Amino acid sequence: MSGKKVFLLGNHALAKGAIAAGCNFVTGYPITPASEVLEQISLEFLNYPDRVYIQMEDEIASIAALIGASWAGAKTMTATSGPGFSLMQENLSYAYMTETPLVIAVLQRSGPSTGQATLPGQQEFYQARFGAHGDYEAIVFSPWSVQEMFDLAIKSFNTSEELRHPVILLADGEIGHMRENMVLPDPEEIKIVNRRRPKTVPYPPFQPDEDYIPPMPLFGEGHNLLITGSSHDSNGFRNADPELHRKNLERMKKKVQTRIDQLTDYHSELDPRGDAEIILISFGAAARPTYHAVRKLREEGIKTDFLRLRTLWPFNDKVIGSFLEGKTHAFVVEMNQGKLVREIERVGNKYGVKSVLVGKIGGVVHTSKEIIQKVHSELKKAD
Amino acid sequence: MVKKKIEKNNEYYREKYLRYIPTAFCPGCGNGIILNALVRALDRLVENGQLNMKNLVAVSGIGCSGWITSPYLKADTLHTTHGRAIAFATGVKLANPKLNVLVLTGDGDGAAIGGNHLIHAARRNIDMTVILVNNQVYGMTSGQTAPTTPYKAITTTTPGGNPEHPFDLAKLVEGANGSFVARTTVAHPRHIQKLIEQAITHKGFSFIEVKTTCPTYYGRRNPPKDPPSMVKQLKEITSRTDPNKIPIGVFKEEQRPTFYEQLMSIKKVKTEEE
Repeated sequence: MSGKKVFLLGNHALAKGAIAAGCNFVTGYPITPASEVLEQISLEFLNYPDRVYIQMEDEIASIAALIGASWAGAKTMTATSGPGFSLMQENLSYAYMTETPLVIAVLQRSGPSTGQATLPGQQEFYQARFGAHGDYEAIVFSPWSVQEMFDLAIKSFNTSEELRHPVILLADGEIGHMRENMVLPDPEEIKIVNRRRPKTVPYPPFQPDEDYIPPMPLFGEGHNLLITGSSHDSNGFRNADPELHRKNLERMKKKVQTRIDQLTDYHSELDPRGDAEIILISFGAAARPTYHAVRKLREEGIKTDFLRLRTLWPFNDKVIGSFLEGKTHAFVVEMNQGKLVREIERVGNKYGVKSVLVGKIGGVVHTSKEIIQKVHSELKKAD
Repeated sequence: MVKKKIEKNNEYYREKYLRYIPTAFCPGCGNGIILNALVRALDRLVENGQLNMKNLVAVSGIGCSGWITSPYLKADTLHTTHGRAIAFATGVKLANPKLNVLVLTGDGDGAAIGGNHLIHAARRNIDMTVILVNNQVYGMTSGQTAPTTPYKAITTTTPGGNPEHPFDLAKLVEGANGSFVARTTVAHPRHIQKLIEQAITHKGFSFIEVKTTCPTYYGRRNPPKDPPSMVKQLKEITSRTDPNKIPIGVFKEEQRPTFYEQLMSIKKVKTEEE
């Protein structure tokens, strides 16, 4: 890939990725460790006469304005951390129900509550999936480097636009506040996806094509749109009919689930000797010492596979199961007291794999030594 | 060619501006009067070439007031979450400044749960029109106390009388630097129409508080109970001139740059990329 080599802060790379993806409407409310995303956007938007950054009165207003702007045709994003993400959940549910494309970048810190506000964590794995009320599918991506802050920001926008669905970019304070080398690709090399648009006016706002995705009409085009978070028919009329509600929710689920293989993104490195006995699985910042630990374990003679999830949700049981099959142990490295490990355990049980949490809290990333020690003690128990 | 004169009867307004009626409003509710005044105001603006209905977006919140435009008004509508209509509307307006943004909200929606968005949109001078329908009670959830419920009034959650004093919403928005502030009542339908026309043509944040009647949930516990007397009372307790009554009319009308104009004015500044 050609491009420009730069040395960037993770949060700045995220902002640049959003801008490269065509994001033209950003809201936000100051919060550590996400503020640099908003600062960089507000700075760079000075050079774009048609792009809007507005700092709202709170996170509730931030996501509310994104939904309004998205229906007026904008590509929208906000950035926050765990507490602000909690405030957004009600309107995020509205966005799921109205199939409104938008991106929320969540820079995780260590909670609960204000917790260790300035230190990183990985505690929003389930908030990103189940935090909002109601029954919906979530799409969540996780970067582990400054480069991926940029790349996955673009992927988040493209996915959100393609599926007419909110997307969560679940990063953490460690990656957000880290500086490292990356390559800014040439603009013509970046693939941009825009939302599908109806060919007729008026077009019913919730009338899907055969692939479950409804083209998106916009305000000001003469559609006389009825947009509501209440159960609705394809025209947007409120209607709480049980059959209609069931069909609509099932269709929204299929919209995501029929594309699960396309959405599933991961980074795996299998032990070159083959037939690994164990696998180390991680995501985000915790995957960095995990990667190092895998190489050390291999040097010690333990055949070890490495799997890092870039897509956290939807959770692809089939693909992840294929990595678990044949292993004795799956070590799940994450900066919390056990979240991803629950999913790995659920899938691993089908293959008789023992899932082991290598958790760490306290706002500090694991050392590879800690991970290796945990693997040793667990394998010793098995002997 | 002689322009054919259209007879503007009720049927004309229904056909042109409403998706369907009858509405779901209770007998004696003021929302129908507000909807009527709204479509007449919109029609006048369209006739005068001051509004294209294609560009109108009506944003509303949760509560009885939210139904005035969604689903009845034949225009783009966004029926939002409780209290957040003004925040959604801020996004609509800034993403496409060509749109005329109208917000229908209630006293619970706009002054309690959404009070923060109200004062900040006023402060920023976002170019939108907010019609806040004040029935002094939570109607849709069957009659709980609101931040606009009068002192000592009986509601389902103040059975011994309201211990709190209500907001003066016009003063609140004026204090937050809204650039157009007015109040009227459903006892003054022509006044509502006139104020809506003024507010929509006003550039900047415009706010109209419309005091209304809720015989079903406010009137049943507080005198005068029947709808005609409640409307009559609104006429008696308000005045444009008498300082001892609740004032109605336009309290503030000022021209100053909108948020979007201010934002565009700073765009010329170029900064170095890092």
